[in-house]
Amino acid sequence: MIITLIDIALLTFMGATALAILRLRSLFAVVMLSGIYSLLAASMFVALDAVDVAFTEAAVGAGISTVLMIAVLALTGERERAPSHTMWLPMAVVVLTGAALIYATFDMPAFGAANAPVNLHVAPRYLNESFAEVGLPNVVTSVLASYRGYDTLGEVTVIFTAAVAVMLLIGGRKGDDAGIKNEPADDAVDDADSDGNGDTA
Amino acid sequence: MRHHRVLRIISKLLIPFIMLFALYVQFHGDFGPGGGFQAGVIMASAFILYGLIFGLENARKVAPPAVVTKLVAAGVLIYAGTGYMGLFKGANFLDYGALSKDPVAGQHLGIMIIEFGVGTTVAAAMITIFFLFAGRDR
Amino acid sequence: MLQVILDHYNYWIAILLMMIGLYTVVARGNLVKKLVGLNIFQTSVFLLYITMGKVAGGTAPILDDRFTVYSNPIPHVLILTAIVVGVATTALGLALVVRIKESYGTIEEDELNLLDGEM
Repeated sequence: MIITLIDIALLTFMGATALAILRLRSLFAVVMLSGIYSLLAASMFVALDAVDVAFTEAAVGAGISTVLMIAVLALTGERERAPSHTMWLPMAVVVLTGAALIYATFDMPAFGAANAPVNLHVAPRYLNESFAEVGLPNVVTSVLASYRGYDTLGEVTVIFTAAVAVMLLIGGRKGDDAGIKNEPADDAVDDADSDGNGDTA
Repeated sequence: MRHHRVLRIISKLLIPFIMLFALYVQFHGDFGPGGGFQAGVIMASAFILYGLIFGLENARKVAPPAVVTKLVAAGVLIYAGTGYMGLFKGANFLDYGALSKDPVAGQHLGIMIIEFGVGTTVAAAMITIFFLFAGRDR
Repeated sequence: MLQVILDHYNYWIAILLMMIGLYTVVARGNLVKKLVGLNIFQTSVFLLYITMGKVAGGTAPILDDRFTVYSNPIPHVLILTAIVVGVATTALGLALVVRIKESYGTIEEDELNLLDGEM
């Protein structure tokens, strides 16, 4: 019962924080709230028995990504402009999609059901056999590193690729290349020249 | 941050423990919650804290970007190389059972090595990304 | 009725968060705000997965003789890696925002459209 109350309280806080993020215009406050939101999500994951996930979410969401966002705000400014026109169409789309999804949840297995389809496939096998096969008490590590090693290799490659892409985008010194705004004008001049050359030749 | 004496002293006290905790999470992840992904992020946060408090230049001296960027690739290579070790021993790619005589001990060894690779890549990638964003304005 | 609410509350909140994130991405013009919205959307999916893996009366999937019921470890594995990949891709998005700011001088969508229209 107490667990249920904690669940409901944390989820309600998450909803409230997300709404505040949507409404606030000071981006600094938005970034701070998104850190709080991540911490609430991490607490929620502990309540749902996903301790490894909670650990990651707390370190990544509340730590690293907040720092990165603040570093970017220092470069881009911290005020958001008010929207210039009303947003009825997005609101209608979002409400309709949400209603459809909520209608769909009534076919979902009840929260915590042990006989839900997701819990019947390979999960019992991992829980029963992994200690004999891999010898580690932490099933999450066994599945992550051994049973789904390919998957994890792919994820590590994605992180590597993202780091390389960030290096390519902002690794050079500022102003190494011409601003995008100026390029079309230069191209237009070049095109005119080459056209002229073509005509004379 | 030159004048924030409290921040400087407290972070100097904390950073060794953050790193120690990262190593604990890295190598104890087989038995309790943790593993390469979490340990990498925690290790990176120690360097990021150092960079925030003592300035980017000092952080770059502690973790030279030339070394850190190579570590990003090294982690992936450690992981893939462990996979190939399985192939050379006559088993499948990423089959750690072949790394030792006893398959269970081999699994344990393989997981230890690839988690180390994961931790290296994640930590180095996060440090690199932080250096790039924080160094952009000057 | 109360049972229906308790059985589905997690799903509903996940959907609410998903829709708040989607609305932030679509309706807000500031690119940093859009990325925060994308993160909210992402976390809602994490919440949905972890919710599905929870088994009532279970404990965290770390084997011990004292427990017999464990929650499903597979969603945990999927989401654990997704979180770290998520922050790496967020960093990529932020790098693009920084470059847009340096080239255009603004990160508001309306102004960017205007500048693109002028060219």
